[in-house]
Amino acid sequence: MIDIMLLLIIVVCAIAALFMKDLLGATIILGVYSFIMATIFTRLNAVDVAFTEASVGAGITSVLMIAALSRTKRYEYHYTKEQKRKPSALFAKIMSLILVIVTGAVLVYGTIDMPEFGDPEAPTNQHVSPRYIEETHHDTGINNIVTAVLASYRGYDTLGETTVIFTAGICVILLLRRREK
Amino acid sequence: MKEHIIVRIVSKFFAPFIQLYALYVIAHGDLGPGGGFQGGVILGASMILYVIAFGLDEGRKRLSQKVSDVFMSTGALIYAGIGIFCILAGGAYLEYAELPLGSHHLASHLGMYGIEIGVGITVAFVMITIFFETAQNK
Repeated sequence: MIDIMLLLIIVVCAIAALFMKDLLGATIILGVYSFIMATIFTRLNAVDVAFTEASVGAGITSVLMIAALSRTKRYEYHYTKEQKRKPSALFAKIMSLILVIVTGAVLVYGTIDMPEFGDPEAPTNQHVSPRYIEETHHDTGINNIVTAVLASYRGYDTLGETTVIFTAGICVILLLRRREK
Repeated sequence: MKEHIIVRIVSKFFAPFIQLYALYVIAHGDLGPGGGFQGGVILGASMILYVIAFGLDEGRKRLSQKVSDVFMSTGALIYAGIGIFCILAGGAYLEYAELPLGSHHLASHLGMYGIEIGVGITVAFVMITIFFETAQNK
């Protein structure tokens, strides 16, 4: 019951963020969205993911969006009626609607083949999960399986992830930093 | 936000507690939820909170551009360096168990601590840098 409520709130938040003309308001609604998402992850017992969603999705992302807003205008551009009626504008609207519907249909079609949630016969619960749950402490000596997977079993991936973040920082410096003459 | 005294006092008061919590999250990644990434983000957020309340110039006085740039690369270097150490100690890249730190379990534990700290430092300072550079006053 509460899961359906939370998912409903998420949909409402997403739609509200779309229709907000005030971009600062839309950013804050996206923060709410991330917090509800974190609650859902907690309900699914994915505490590490929930933690990341709460700190990155709701915290840092909102702040960075607000920082980006400080470089642009706070309110969405207001189109006049003539601009809205232009054939090119109508064409763009219809094409994006078609694109969204097709993408959504493909995603829904993709979920049909997925196993039921929590199905013990699902492939992930047959091979990978038991192996990690049984062997992690013996292999690495630490208790949190998620950390062991991230830092030890998938150490290369996490190194790559850190490099990606580092590269993002370098790119921001290269693009936006003002050089003093 | 120069005129909002409550915001300034509260953010100044809370920043050290947020940083302490961030260090706790980084250090306890092996016991509970969290780890280098989340802790680093929280550590960055504490500095960003301070900058939001006090302004960019005041923030730059606390954390100069050079320091944040150096720390940003140090984190990634710590991570990659631990991998190289593992090779020098006779293992594969990032095979922490081969580090010469007593038993294999202890070595892999400490190796993971090390990379969590590296991830935390990089993430924290990248977030701070992105905020500083994006939120420049025109």
